[in-house]
Amino acid sequence: MSSPPNSTSVLPVPTPWLHRFALLTAITTFGLIGVGGLVTSHEAGMAVPDWPNTYGYNMFLFPISKWMGGIFYEHSHRLLASLVGLLTTVLAGWLWVRETRSRARWTGLGVMVLVLALMGVRRLPVYIGLASLSPIVIGISLWQIRRQPGTLRWWGIIAFAAVILQGVLGGLRVVLFKDQIGIFHATLAQLFFVLMCAICLFTSGWGQYTTQIPSGVRNLLLVTTLLVLGQLVLGATMRHQHAGLAIPDFPLAYGKLWPSMDAASVSQYNQLRQEVIAANPITRFQIGLQMVHRMIAGLICIAVAFCAWTMRRQLGAGHFLSKLALAWLGMILLQALLGAGTIWSNKAADIATAHVLVGALSLAAGVMTNIIAFRGSVLARAPQIAPITSGERSESFSPQAGAVLSGLK
Amino acid sequence: MKKTAALFTITSLVAGLQLASAGDISGTITLKGTPPPEKEITQVKEDPNCGKLHTEAVKTRFYVVGPKGELADVFVTLKGISGQSKGAETPPVVLDQKGCEYVPYIFALQTGQKLLVKNSDPVLHNIHPTPAAAGNKEENKAQMPGGPELTFTYPTPEIFLRFKCDVHPWMFSYACVTDHPFGAVTDKDGKYTLKDVKDGKYTLEVYHRKAAPATAPVTKEIEVKGGNLTEDFTLEVK
Repeated sequence: MSSPPNSTSVLPVPTPWLHRFALLTAITTFGLIGVGGLVTSHEAGMAVPDWPNTYGYNMFLFPISKWMGGIFYEHSHRLLASLVGLLTTVLAGWLWVRETRSRARWTGLGVMVLVLALMGVRRLPVYIGLASLSPIVIGISLWQIRRQPGTLRWWGIIAFAAVILQGVLGGLRVVLFKDQIGIFHATLAQLFFVLMCAICLFTSGWGQYTTQIPSGVRNLLLVTTLLVLGQLVLGATMRHQHAGLAIPDFPLAYGKLWPSMDAASVSQYNQLRQEVIAANPITRFQIGLQMVHRMIAGLICIAVAFCAWTMRRQLGAGHFLSKLALAWLGMILLQALLGAGTIWSNKAADIATAHVLVGALSLAAGVMTNIIAFRGSVLARAPQIAPITSGERSESFSPQAGAVLSGLK
Repeated sequence: MKKTAALFTITSLVAGLQLASAGDISGTITLKGTPPPEKEITQVKEDPNCGKLHTEAVKTRFYVVGPKGELADVFVTLKGISGQSKGAETPPVVLDQKGCEYVPYIFALQTGQKLLVKNSDPVLHNIHPTPAAAGNKEENKAQMPGGPELTFTYPTPEIFLRFKCDVHPWMFSYACVTDHPFGAVTDKDGKYTLKDVKDGKYTLEVYHRKAAPATAPVTKEIEVKGGNLTEDFTLEVK
């Protein structure tokens, strides 16, 4: 494979500052997910009726005296989202600059500035246009990553495109009144956080850490992580029905192992509940959804426990991945407890939001474990280099490894 | 002159016949059983702006019951009548925001009739109707304290069309939209009146948010025959 024009032949070592900045972006993203969780938990998503303005004001000039009730959560979410957008843009630019030279460098930066300028136009068609381009850009970036797996700049471009898509989706949820957009917005938020965590991993010393894992264990990790992702999508779907708790008790469901879901029973459930806030009526679909969510939660607990046990048995208790899998199991058990707590507290906003946050951490932990586990097999397929094995963790990015991986040498 | 007198007589007779062929349907709705105690809306007192508008705890309004079981906020209407709305020429219905609550909680509205939403509070609200029937438009409008009244109209009948405020998520109320003028909400004495119903056989429908929801109204076959009709109902606590 030949070297792409205007790119460096040997990838530079990520600086500690780049890693720290990626970490800052990931932590801010985590905070943003928390505030987003509070918005939905407080049913405040529509508390600001306009977008991108806030009650007719430029978002950044909205008087603090008017941040009342649900506006506080929604407006804070918008401001924090803007900060994440800014941090992501700087991170993407940084990653791009460190791996490109001359024309490619300036073209890339120019496009980013142009996109930011277009965002500044603040017109719905422009936002929709940019959001529509985002999946294409993400697709191209993934193709480039597949072609040059050692590079980081395309991960930055994915983050840049995703943050634009995510911001526009959040705005469209408000102006188009579509709950479905909210589900997609919530899911993309989780994926974006995982992407940020991955960039943190890649820019750290752990970015080159590899270990040989049997393929069966790797596949188990992958399936379990996909299960966690599916569970988060289900959770987002439940939350964005805006119907409160479809089933108010746990571990039973309406006093039974499996609740009655015929029309008369559902009608009676609605008659018996006393909604303090404007919750939508519960439906058969929502009851079924929560039952599936409960069952998958149980399945995930078993699967992650099995992952932890298998890795401990095959890699040893002292192996880094065994410890990571154990921590993952701890998160999953905490998450299950928070899920039960959400029901027992009648969906208290803080507990429901903590459930969202630990869900995000659980997915990130699963994906990071997968990256480390699968990285060994990727490197093993590159005959030019020997993978860095357990106990030989490189404390810095290896230019040689990076160059070989990217096919540039 | 004789012709004019004859014409006058005929007109009077026809008018008299028309009056005789219509009547009012009225009655009282009572509740049987003890409803669950209303929940305190703690968010109101926790809100620094809305909390100071109340001296007493604000509670939910699911069962507003009088001493003898008279049930308020019950919507009574006639089933299966369409295209008879007089909404365009009927005075608007007013929905007020007072003490960070909607007043009234349940109200009748005809298709095409104006709904004026006003804000009597010293705090801003957003008015967010969330209709389910096709043709009724979901909107979300801001209303500043003392701001101008907002107008909403709906073309499609819909029982319990919800209005809510997302700034104060405990605020919600419901419009019962009909395609005719024969809809009424019971007052605090549980009384309702449907005026000027023409002679004929009808199905009377009774809706209550909890005791007779939109999916399962209480119904009764009735016949109006040249006079007023009294129809009382008893709803049961579920």
